[in-house]
Amino acid sequence: MNDANPTASASTASMWEYAPAPERTPLEIDDRYGLFINGEFRSPNSRRWFESLNPATGEVLSKVANANQQDVDDAVSAARQALPSWSRLSGQERAKYLFRIARRIQERARELSVLETMDGGKPIKESRDIDIPLAARHFFYHAGWADKLQWAFAGATPRPVGVCGQIIPWNFPLLMAAWKIAPALACGNTCVLKPAETTSLTALRLAEIFQEAGLPPGVVNIVTGAGKTGQLLAAHEDIDKLAFTGSTEVGKKIAEVAAVGDRRLTLELGGKSPHIIFADAALDQAVEGVVNGIWFNQGHVCCAGSRLLVEESIQDEMIRRLKHRLGSLRVGDPLDKNTDIGAINNPEQLDKIKGYVEAGQAEGAVLHEVTTQSLPKKGLWFRPCFLTGVQPSHVIARDEIFGPVLAMMTFRTPEEAIKRANNSPYGLAAGVWTDKGARIFEMAKRLQAGVIWCNTYNQFDAASPFGGVKESGFGREGGRHGLRAYVRI
Amino acid sequence: MPQRVDVAKTWKLFIGGQFVRSESGQSFPIEHRRHGTTLNLCRGSRKDLRDAVEAAHSASEKWASASGYLRGQIIYRMAEMLESRRSEMSEALAAVGTSTPKKRLDEVDAAIDRLVGFAGWADKIEQILGGQNPVPGPYYNITVPEPSGVVGVLPPDRPALLASISMLAAPLCAGNTIVMLAPEGHPLPVALLAEIIATSDVPDGVINIMTGKREELMWHLADHREVDAVSAANLDDETLTELRQRAAESLKRVHHDSVTAAGWSKHESRCSPWNIEPFVEMKTMWHPSAC
Repeated sequence: MNDANPTASASTASMWEYAPAPERTPLEIDDRYGLFINGEFRSPNSRRWFESLNPATGEVLSKVANANQQDVDDAVSAARQALPSWSRLSGQERAKYLFRIARRIQERARELSVLETMDGGKPIKESRDIDIPLAARHFFYHAGWADKLQWAFAGATPRPVGVCGQIIPWNFPLLMAAWKIAPALACGNTCVLKPAETTSLTALRLAEIFQEAGLPPGVVNIVTGAGKTGQLLAAHEDIDKLAFTGSTEVGKKIAEVAAVGDRRLTLELGGKSPHIIFADAALDQAVEGVVNGIWFNQGHVCCAGSRLLVEESIQDEMIRRLKHRLGSLRVGDPLDKNTDIGAINNPEQLDKIKGYVEAGQAEGAVLHEVTTQSLPKKGLWFRPCFLTGVQPSHVIARDEIFGPVLAMMTFRTPEEAIKRANNSPYGLAAGVWTDKGARIFEMAKRLQAGVIWCNTYNQFDAASPFGGVKESGFGREGGRHGLRAYVRI
Repeated sequence: MPQRVDVAKTWKLFIGGQFVRSESGQSFPIEHRRHGTTLNLCRGSRKDLRDAVEAAHSASEKWASASGYLRGQIIYRMAEMLESRRSEMSEALAAVGTSTPKKRLDEVDAAIDRLVGFAGWADKIEQILGGQNPVPGPYYNITVPEPSGVVGVLPPDRPALLASISMLAAPLCAGNTIVMLAPEGHPLPVALLAEIIATSDVPDGVINIMTGKREELMWHLADHREVDAVSAANLDDETLTELRQRAAESLKRVHHDSVTAAGWSKHESRCSPWNIEPFVEMKTMWHPSAC
């Protein structure tokens, strides 16, 4: 989308009509989904169910079981019982289950993509091209580790940790489940997974895939519910390892709860990642990097490049180009494969995003958004935007917004860019764009973050460790380094 | 009446490369187990601890970016200095009750060898713990370990010297700066260690050593936002839980080891990269590959 004449098409957005969405294929969704415990779906002891909505339409997709203490106990106990035989199974055999799961995800990719988009609100092109293929990739990659763990840790003999409690967020539901489950199983552990309240459906499909793959009962158990269910899992005394992905605020509480006993912990938390553009950068690519960095998945991305730091001399040019790109982003029906920005996942998040943009303007920042395109009548929507005139002290420059909202600031020297970038309690990711090779390495070295994207942004892979420093948490997911959390050595 | 009156040493805290008295103006006595005399050590306060953390934090960037070769040479220099003060350190171990001369010298020798071991790690850890990641697509993807930052070190009472050196050198060689609370029961060897460090070309603030009451210091260490990780060993369950709970507020990394007295002497297991790994953060860098 690198237009030779960037201003010409900005006003054409209103002329775009929505095409019928070919992805709107009939999808079987059960009226109710029980808990997945010991290899079977079962009604919750709580006898309580909650609705899972499509955020783009407000319609009820299904009802999902709300797990209580007894349910969590059952799931943990099933995982405990499955542990001895699963951890003793040879790595070669464990691997084959994981390979099977990867293959079934690929075979059911279409259905999983559509369901992911309906349940979570993300554009179909993202669930189709990123979430689902990457989930399969995670199982395939980690399958291969299962019989090679003795080579992964220099001089050490890795053993499984035990029963893993895993709590995941709503922004990448199936992908996060894969990130958590695949390495745990490869290393010989058993799991209890708690999906996010608003996005349980693809995790439950994954449970069907486990059944199809013949995964032994109890090796993975899935308990659905709200924050309360997550708390019960985090506090469960028979959990050996806890992994949480979510906000820093909740992560701190989890760390406190998990402090009791000999429990391992990894946390993948919030961020306010700096995205630094030097004047010598290849601007066409850099602008696309910024767009992808903040407006991917409605900005519901923990590593979103939400603090744009632009070298002062190119500020006006950057504003002009970003305004143009805003005009060409399509907001609307997530099932339309041309949609760039889908629905906001839940009403609380929408309120939070609105609140931040208002706060930003109240502090003196200037809002840039393109309003020519109308938004669908029903559903949860927020126009992508960026704000200028932002000071580092402003709340929109400090807090994680978790929405399609970019705060733009400037810098004059590399030193100032580093200072501003590191001036945050978070340290998840950072982006740098420059054509100077030596500067890339120096910036990458001095930026305080777990992932540094240089002349690119938001790249993910199963072989590449992901995770943060400072208050963005600890532990890595993916790659050889991601295995560390799932073994004792 | 003796012919000559001994000149007793005033023991101090070691903060920011300086030997300072405690701001508390207080000391606590320890008995020299062999001579039956009393020594007075500084009772470090919360304010002293903050100064130590501040010093460690200020020294952090430079130490982290020093080459592994340089860090290795400085840690090796610590070993040289300890070797030359072997008998003095042995005497300090006698003061805290380490029984026989042979045991004392064995511990000092093991501590020297431990330093030499970690000195060698300083320019190798990236190759063992880091690497290139085979991602699909036209990207160059590498992961390197970087130091966590400021590490608070809480060594156990025994073996006072060897455990302290092991727990100090592991994060140090990877580029972390240190605030160490000397073992409360047996602080003397570590108080003496500060003098060895002070003459080993260790930059000011890179290692800071406090004596005092654990109870008065360790919780402030756990709370302090500029402490990035805490290394502890052989804590009881209750203390460990409280340490983890307090560390949760700032998402500090807490590493705890349970090691037997004999375990500290096992060089191969105590000087492995997995003793260093808890104090590094993996940084992953992506770059497109294209012409």
